[in-house]
Amino acid sequence: MPTVHAAPSPQPVYPAASSRPTAADSVAPSGPRRAGRSGAWWVERGLAAWTAGVLAFLYLPILVLIAYSFNSSRLNVVWEGFTLRWYGELFSHAPLIRAFKNSLIVAGASTVLAVLLGTIGAWLLHRNRYRFARAIQTLICVPMVMPEIVIGISLLVLFTLVHLELGHLTMILAHTTFCFPFVLVAVQARLQGLDPALEEAALDLGATPARAFWLVILPCLRPAVVAGGLMAFTLSMDELIISIFTAGPDSRTLPMQVFGMARVGLNPMLNALSAIFVVTTIAFVLFTEHLRRLATRAA
Amino acid sequence: MIEFESVTKRFGSFTAVDAVSLHVRQGEFLTLLGPSGCGKTTLLRMLSGFETPDLGAIRIAGEDVTALPPYRRNVNQVFQSYALFPHLNVRDNIAFGLRMQKVPKVEARRRVEEIVEMVALGGFEARMPHQLSGGQRQRVALARALVPGPAVLLLDEPLSALDAKLRRQMQVELKRLQRRLGTTFVFVTHDQEEALTMSDRIAVMRGGRVEQLGTPTEIYHRPVSGFVAEFVGEANLLAAERVGGEQGRDGAALRVRLEGGLELSVPAMAWPGGAARARVSVRPEKLCVSKRPIEGVENLFQAVIAEEIFQGAFDHLVLRTEAGTVLSAVVPNESAVMEALHEGDRVWCGLHADDLVIVAA
Repeated sequence: MPTVHAAPSPQPVYPAASSRPTAADSVAPSGPRRAGRSGAWWVERGLAAWTAGVLAFLYLPILVLIAYSFNSSRLNVVWEGFTLRWYGELFSHAPLIRAFKNSLIVAGASTVLAVLLGTIGAWLLHRNRYRFARAIQTLICVPMVMPEIVIGISLLVLFTLVHLELGHLTMILAHTTFCFPFVLVAVQARLQGLDPALEEAALDLGATPARAFWLVILPCLRPAVVAGGLMAFTLSMDELIISIFTAGPDSRTLPMQVFGMARVGLNPMLNALSAIFVVTTIAFVLFTEHLRRLATRAA
Repeated sequence: MIEFESVTKRFGSFTAVDAVSLHVRQGEFLTLLGPSGCGKTTLLRMLSGFETPDLGAIRIAGEDVTALPPYRRNVNQVFQSYALFPHLNVRDNIAFGLRMQKVPKVEARRRVEEIVEMVALGGFEARMPHQLSGGQRQRVALARALVPGPAVLLLDEPLSALDAKLRRQMQVELKRLQRRLGTTFVFVTHDQEEALTMSDRIAVMRGGRVEQLGTPTEIYHRPVSGFVAEFVGEANLLAAERVGGEQGRDGAALRVRLEGGLELSVPAMAWPGGAARARVSVRPEKLCVSKRPIEGVENLFQAVIAEEIFQGAFDHLVLRTEAGTVLSAVVPNESAVMEALHEGDRVWCGLHADDLVIVAA
């Protein structure tokens, strides 16, 4: 390592033997200067502080919450000591466990349905030229931005109209409705980049259109299908407003249960639950991102 | 083997293929050659079944396949983009067709091994497509299309993505493979050199029609139109006017005046009957250029070298005759042995009457 001036910020390292920084270099930000600090240095520092501030704003509350889930005090304001008691209570709290099971059932079923509908829909829209393809596309995407309360109310009206009893089934239908466009869009993006000759090659080698889809197209779409599915699952697990409108007495989901409990008063058990959720969600996001990267590398 | 019977295909108001009738013989290497938009790819896609003709019929080995979907036809295609299945390794890519035909595993493995050997891909069986070079991918695509044993192999500009050297090497290999297997090959290209190198016969296409069908030598030496003469190889294509001599008598000669004023003797039989004007095609390499008068040629004239372009093995000369006609010529670059030719030199040019091709004006 050549000797360089100790400077507070990352800076270019100049080999000892090669040319010294020229006049042009010295005006560049964070150039090696011993005396005085340039405006650029302050701008860089300021931006770093700003970034740190934003990240703190985003994540500090969550960190505090996770920390307090191990607090032996019932109050969220004073730290008394470390405990795992709230985690223990959480896992023996029957209504919460039941709600969690309901959430898994609803999210699992609606994810499967959303993946099926979204993938097949994307493929059909991609492969065939429909007369109103653009309109259909727009109509499919509208629920992604429509206020949840509107979806919730309209579905409730619909279910009442067709005399469908509120319960698991109505919730699964409702969750599928707002989840499947996300799968469709993810799969469509992947299809855009797919060589159309791939399907032709499969047909040419004797595969029927159905086999070509199953053996060639679907494997190529897999990263997008999995990513869309994870997205759908997360959205469904997280959904509150639409669930409130479409749930029956026996199908309260976890967010509904938590919301109900939090209205009565904050409980350290909910801190523990939130901590578990945060960790799981981060794991999910990292996994999805990993898949997405795999997908782009293969493409 | 393959018969196109007045096949027409339109896309909207554009007629891509216009009443084409074409017969491809068993075991031959036929090339569809033409500029982009001439209908060659559409013709191929109708053979593979990805397009259906609007009019006419297509028969393969006597069977009418006009309305048959691609997966029911005994033809396989090598795609321009290769279209290798990215999630399957080389072996599974090649075996895909056999899997669709439900060929027993043991036999399938033997046939895959055989074809892998034939296209020199030994040792690469477990690789994924993205781990292969362009040339290797091309071989996988070829092997995958050949292993089901199609009656016809279709090739859609399969060499266009390769660099010049590899392309030339693959041309030779492809031709060798075709001879060895005896499979009928239908090859689509816009590269005339590729067509001349590999084909048994070439169908030159233009505007949805087959302009000329013949062996590479026929196409090159006896083009039926100015378009073919210019598209296949280099040609000086000059407007010509009849100025003397008797027409139609075998062995007799006709005097014609080219644009710019040069007068030449051409075989009387070659001139289109009754026409006053036509075009004469002169291949650049047919022009003999020398500092001394050339003996034994029907046409001898003088010219000045207006431009000399060095092209390695050849010199490309632009010649201006005394009358003012401009011709390009290609002469072997043997300056060390022969007299050197330079820009501005006055030279003699010789042309055999038989080397002149006359096409309609």
